[in-house]
Amino acid sequence: MSTEARDTAPTETPEDRYLAMQRSPEFGNLRKAFRGFVFPMTVAFFVWYALYVILSAYARDFMSIRIGDSHINVALIFGLLQFVSTFLIAWFYSRYASRKVDPLADTIHAELEETRSE
Amino acid sequence: MSKLLAAEAAGGSTARTLTIILFLVFVAITLAITVWASRQTKTATDFYAGGRSFSGFQNGMAIGGDYMSAASFLGIAGIIALNGYDGFLYSIGFLVAWLVALLLVAELLRNSGRYTMADVLAFRMRQRPVRTAAAVSTITVSIFYLLAQMVGAGALVALLLGIKPGTTFMGMDADAAKIATIVLVGALMIVYVTVGGMKGTTYVQIVKAFLLMTGALLMTILVLAVFRFNLSSLLGDAAQSSGKGEAFLEPGLRYGVEVAGNATQTFYNKMDLLSLGIALVLGTAGLPHILIRFYTVPTARAARKSVLWAIGIIGTFYLFTLALGFGAAALVGSEAITAQDRAGNTAAPQLAAELGRRFFGGEIGSATLLAIIAAVAFATILAVVAGLTLASSSSLAHDFYANVLKKGEASERQEVNVARISALVIGAVSILLSIFAQNLNVAFLVALAFAVAASGNLPAILYSLFWKRFNTSGAVWAIYGGLISAVVLVFFSPVVSGGATSMFPDSDWQWFPLSNPGLISIPFGFFCGWLGTVLSKERDDAKYAELEVRSLTGSGAH
Repeated sequence: MSTEARDTAPTETPEDRYLAMQRSPEFGNLRKAFRGFVFPMTVAFFVWYALYVILSAYARDFMSIRIGDSHINVALIFGLLQFVSTFLIAWFYSRYASRKVDPLADTIHAELEETRSE
Repeated sequence: MSKLLAAEAAGGSTARTLTIILFLVFVAITLAITVWASRQTKTATDFYAGGRSFSGFQNGMAIGGDYMSAASFLGIAGIIALNGYDGFLYSIGFLVAWLVALLLVAELLRNSGRYTMADVLAFRMRQRPVRTAAAVSTITVSIFYLLAQMVGAGALVALLLGIKPGTTFMGMDADAAKIATIVLVGALMIVYVTVGGMKGTTYVQIVKAFLLMTGALLMTILVLAVFRFNLSSLLGDAAQSSGKGEAFLEPGLRYGVEVAGNATQTFYNKMDLLSLGIALVLGTAGLPHILIRFYTVPTARAARKSVLWAIGIIGTFYLFTLALGFGAAALVGSEAITAQDRAGNTAAPQLAAELGRRFFGGEIGSATLLAIIAAVAFATILAVVAGLTLASSSSLAHDFYANVLKKGEASERQEVNVARISALVIGAVSILLSIFAQNLNVAFLVALAFAVAASGNLPAILYSLFWKRFNTSGAVWAIYGGLISAVVLVFFSPVVSGGATSMFPDSDWQWFPLSNPGLISIPFGFFCGWLGTVLSKERDDAKYAELEVRSLTGSGAH
């Protein structure tokens, strides 16, 4: 931008810039991309974990069913599935974030740096 | 008979000497790293955040080293060895909890804070009340956690060095050795923190994480080798030698116990299980010593990577604990374990001795493996207490001294000097408290630290990051409300008085029936945060805009 353009808006403070950015559609997209993933995923893993804890407390008969004639039972499988789901969610989030969230954040970051260094 | 005793005594003293040598090697290496780190520590960012120069992998290892305490290594293996499946609940809760940190906290905190948890909480609030509350909560949580670790270290030393009642070691009886250990652990953690700052502490934690993972992996492979890599036969043998049959492999022996003919107690026991479950999963993302680790990497993306590594490392470790616990049940047996320690904390070292005997040629092999695992256990305790001391002294210096007392006018040099002095004071206080509490049952303090973190810190953090209307009053109410309710409920719970395993078994002022307060105190903390907010008119949309934009984009990040 030219010096003239900067001079026309000398009263714009950093606060105004953040407020304007927060209300902009492009930031809205970033917020939506981020929250649209992490909020539902948080609810999902929490419910899944709560289900495990509640079954451990109240569904002992179900949890003690043995798989075939081995000593491995539903409780152990359920517990190990919590490990699997945790690893999968972590991996899925990192993939999602680097593809869908990071590019949006980078664009906005660059824009903010530009206006700041003017 | 006498031959056997003599052999055992010889094996015992070999193990003891080896444990001490290995431990001293660990101490020497970590002290050298600490001195090296101190030369690289010049600014406040170096001291508090290790210069923000660690990679995602390094920080992931350090998070593992900070998080996998003696409670999880020795404690979970012990609970599984004695009570079977129920110990696994801890492993699962401690791991799943990392998703809260990954999805909701780590990156946003890294982008918007500088050195402490309070940087984010006070971002758009009045500094003094919020930072005071955050410092109180940080120090309370850290001291609870510290006490549990240090008293645990004292209790372990007699067992790991095999100092039996009536015998002495270097002129010390078991009680004197206990106190000496507490003082030694305390002194070392003070040195790591005051001299090495975050950089030194981080390397100590990385080295510890490597040793712990290697030790646990080796033992897991050996246990599985005994059972020809057949998990079912390991479980079957564990169930059989526990004397409890298949019930040993199912939930319910320790948590949510069904008491025949007592429906009320059964109800309370099951509520207690739910309470523990929720406190474990929500506590991690509110632990100050974990949160400050996110500041040691250069960007939010590196913070994300470090949590991903941490999840991988910690998850793998908790899978190992399953093999260690059931392995100890099958190969050592609950009788031999409880003969050493009623709580089962020596199950893992005893398993190491047994595996060494089987695989590495009799008593010498047994002594060697025992010594390695015992030294790893001490290294584990040291790395965790150093992280806790750093978190509390950072908060005392950066939040309370620099921003409350000096209103942000302190110089960097003053702040870091105060942080060093704080570490010394907090270390000294912890040593004294631990000596005072050395014969009390304080293992519950780890679960209490998680409950306080989940009830006070987590609501304040989540509201700060995601709720536009949130304000000073809400933050202060959430922190104090969650903190006080958790501590008060525990004080009146069976873990403090009124039971055979209570901290004070001979007194009884208990009226709250659950051992873990989370089920009540966590919703109460969130409720307080909401109520405090709506009762106050304060609202700063512009500051929230700045926080939200910065936290999501990394603009203006330190």
